Amino acid sequence: MAQQIRLEVVTPKGAIVSEDVDIVNAPGYGGDFGVLANHAPFLSTIRIGLLTYEQGKKRENLMISGGFCEVSNNKITFLVESAEHGKQIDVDRAMRAKERAEQRLAKATQHDDLINRTRAEAALQRALARMKVSKMT
Amino acid sequence: MASLKEVKNKIAGVKKTAQITKAMNMVASARLRGAQSKMEAFRPYSSKFEEAMSNLSGGANTGSFPLMEVRNVATVEIVIVTSDRGLCGSFNANINKLAEKKMKAYEAEGKKVSIVCVGKKGHQYFKKTGKVRKSYTNIMASFQMFHAREIAQDVADNFVKGAADKVEVLYGHFKSVAIQRPAVQDMLPVQPVANEQGGAKKAISGDYIYEPSTEEIMDVMQPLYLNVILYHAMLEVGASEHAARMTAMDNATSACRDIVNNLTLIYNKARQAAVTGELMDIVGGAEALKG
Repeated sequence: MAQQIRLEVVTPKGAIVSEDVDIVNAPGYGGDFGVLANHAPFLSTIRIGLLTYEQGKKRENLMISGGFCEVSNNKITFLVESAEHGKQIDVDRAMRAKERAEQRLAKATQHDDLINRTRAEAALQRALARMKVSKMT
Repeated sequence: MASLKEVKNKIAGVKKTAQITKAMNMVASARLRGAQSKMEAFRPYSSKFEEAMSNLSGGANTGSFPLMEVRNVATVEIVIVTSDRGLCGSFNANINKLAEKKMKAYEAEGKKVSIVCVGKKGHQYFKKTGKVRKSYTNIMASFQMFHAREIAQDVADNFVKGAADKVEVLYGHFKSVAIQRPAVQDMLPVQPVANEQGGAKKAISGDYIYEPSTEEIMDVMQPLYLNVILYHAMLEVGASEHAARMTAMDNATSACRDIVNNLTLIYNKARQAAVTGELMDIVGGAEALKG
């Protein structure tokens, strides 16, 4: 059996995942990246998006929102504001959030309100990521 | 001596009060459990965060970040985190008193003080001073990370603008269910987190691959770090509030019990006196008829 790496996903609400896995794929600052066992120490910021990890034949999808990740000592730790398994995602809620965010975005763009615009954009991205992840599972 | 009926009414009233305080005690203990588990769930996040921060501050040049800029302190901003609701003993009063003491100390040094209130009780206490810059009330019952983010963002903006040169957070530290103490934590400028193992750890941090650069990561992480500090303070206050209320309500319930005991004694004495009086009347009347 191939070597594995320890994956930990930690949010303010507690640890979501703590498992030994074969590979982790995550949306990094400069694009998606994959991490295998014995990766060199690494630190990157994380975008809102899809985190996948594989364990033998099992493949899991996770929606994560912004934060950062650290790789050291054959361990990869994600510190993110929220993380949800594909199955747990409430699609209806994500849909509603998407519509709300779109409305807010349109309004903020009209009034040239930068702070609200950034916020609405982030909310929109979160909603889209949720929908995407839930479709995959 | 009070009349029989009056005493009886009073006993009934005090008993009802005891019922309410007892119920509040139970509600507080149930809520405390929730707040405590929330706090425990947050602990791994914050400890990992500090670890990463300390790794980073080893490698990064600290002078170039607006949030780390150490300035001559002319204005101090105090973020006071209290609960929204009262009836929890001296919990909020202790926090407010410490805040006032700090405020006076800073003013004696010739510094200006501005206040940000999180929670209604701090707002009520300080609104007359005219120093409150902003208040966030009625969020302590069900606050989330995004509340902390909003507040942190606002405080950080104010700091970068130069309207405040130093920011402190004042909150009720949850030591145990029985002990809650007001505590102060420095928030801004962001201090590099101290390396516990000194040089040995710094050597490791140099080997990290950073994506993007350390500076850019720091730019993202510092506001997050403020969130962590604030959210942590809010969690502590949430738990402390319920613990303080539990103790206060327990005291109130036992005080009620004492009062009921005393009143019952008075009631019985009065009743006995009345019975004796009536008996005397009857006996007196019978004697008179005989004669």
